Amino acid sequence: MNLHSSFTYRKVVDRGMAVVCALCFIGAFIPLISVLWLVVSNGAAGLSWAFFTELPKPVGEAGGGIGNALVGTLYMVGLACVIGLPLGVGAGVYLAEKGDGTIGSTVRFMAEVLSGVPSIVIGIVAYALVVIPMGHFSATAGAVALAILMIPTLARATEELVRLVPGSLREASLALGVPNWKTSLSVVIRTAMGGIVTACLLAVARAAGETAPLLFTALNNQYWNLNPSAPTASLTVAIYNYAISPYDDWHSKAWTASLVLLIVVGLLNIASRVLTRSRLKGAR
Amino acid sequence: MADAAASSVAPAEAEAGHPGPGNLGDRIFNGTLWALGIMVLVVAGLIVLNLALVARPLAKEHSLWGFITSREWNPIEDHFGALPFLYGTLVTSAVSIILAVPVAIGLGLFITQFAPPKLGRVLTIPVELLAAIPSVVYGLWGLFIVVPWLRESIQPWLGKHFGWLPIFTGPPIGLGYLAAGAILAVMILPTVVAVSVEVMKTTPEANREAALALGATKWEAVMMAVIPYSRAGILGAVLLGLGRALGETMAVTMVIGNSPDISLSLFAPGYSLPAVIANEFAEATSNVHVGALAGLGLILFATTFLLNAAARVLVTAVQKGPSRVKG
Repeated sequence: MNLHSSFTYRKVVDRGMAVVCALCFIGAFIPLISVLWLVVSNGAAGLSWAFFTELPKPVGEAGGGIGNALVGTLYMVGLACVIGLPLGVGAGVYLAEKGDGTIGSTVRFMAEVLSGVPSIVIGIVAYALVVIPMGHFSATAGAVALAILMIPTLARATEELVRLVPGSLREASLALGVPNWKTSLSVVIRTAMGGIVTACLLAVARAAGETAPLLFTALNNQYWNLNPSAPTASLTVAIYNYAISPYDDWHSKAWTASLVLLIVVGLLNIASRVLTRSRLKGAR
Repeated sequence: MADAAASSVAPAEAEAGHPGPGNLGDRIFNGTLWALGIMVLVVAGLIVLNLALVARPLAKEHSLWGFITSREWNPIEDHFGALPFLYGTLVTSAVSIILAVPVAIGLGLFITQFAPPKLGRVLTIPVELLAAIPSVVYGLWGLFIVVPWLRESIQPWLGKHFGWLPIFTGPPIGLGYLAAGAILAVMILPTVVAVSVEVMKTTPEANREAALALGATKWEAVMMAVIPYSRAGILGAVLLGLGRALGETMAVTMVIGNSPDISLSLFAPGYSLPAVIANEFAEATSNVHVGALAGLGLILFATTFLLNAAARVLVTAVQKGPSRVKG
């Protein structure tokens, strides 16, 4: 009798805890739906051709867009890719191919720890590296900050992808008399290429969504700019400035700009997912 | 360059085309890779060096202890004390950990233990999406949705029923420690869930099956096999989440209220380390002011560096566990 009731009690606890754990899902799901729904419902009304192509207008004037901010983000992320992608991917290949020694594990540990360093701190570093020698804020400084942010995460992602390549492929190539370097480049890395492209897309998506390191490196700009040594507007800084302003019109612009940003980041994420899936199918 | 050199040499000298340590192509390739790997260490060095360089003017004016313990932040009179920012960062991070960790562990257990494997995989998608949303969008959402909601429903309710606790006193403003902590909780949730799931998955199936075979319910198996095995890794996940919470800038800047005070009440507006750097760095004119902000950045860097290092050690130790057990 006593045993039976304790068994029922244990069953109840088991079911109860399963339900509690399932309910935790709500904690992740409600904020997600809330953010997405509010950005879409508050931002969709402001979408127009002019929003993408025009310069911002001063307070009180209707219309205007964020064209310069959109171009600025693309420009700086592009510049950051030129520096960050080769270094990040290269460090990843090093870790996968030669990273088993003491130096390798030090580099790996450093990459892991650096990927958790706050982006605002990287902003100060880019300020010291570029803004102080130049004497003024610039697109280059913003791009350097974004590039430094890309390197550690990209290195770890690339390493894992290169390590997924089966050893038999490498051995087959070596057995045919192909030198080590050629085996690495045209067999191992080529096989992992799809995955590396995916990792790069995710790194670009992350960089496009960064705000903090741009605040005092690229600053902002009211006009079009493609000069690497001039301050540059960006989508994220525009959202921030619009959001903390006291004007209702600017608030709705912040929502619309957020919608644009989420679409850009979302497309990059979807593209990487599609690539991953097709790669997996190809491997089978 | 490496390609051209090696292929032009290869036909002439049969030796050069063969695999081996003396191969020119190999030497160039290895050297390039090594240099790229070392770049990560160089970047780490650059970060520390440049932070210290910018912070140097501060060291001439203040001692480290005086900087950390002073409550007064007055750029006009060149007086800089970090205490309100340290306090705000700690309080908001603590709130976020208290809110996020139970949910994250529950969710991790559900994904790895209770849900069918297929459902578990589907459930990780919304968590990943949560991680992909840019910080400034969270800030916007916090400013216009979470803050009014806290001001109109949550804070009056907390004040009415738990007002005897000093942390729930004062006027319900909305902007403040509680708002920042709540938004941070949402932002660190994906990190804690993802790492927890990773370490929970490393629990050897045999341990769990042994518990089940002895008549344990699923929940008892979780408590007896999964939790003890992955405890250190879950602590690592929490530390990683804490590291993210400490350094999160934009969302916090937009909802914490930006007032350099120290208040016991969570309803009060405060300030955090990243927020003050974000707000004042571009407009700081004196070297000492820039130095003080970089000094705050250095504190932030050192703290997150140590937290992440500790977290990595814990997580790697748990992940390496199974091979030792199996072997």
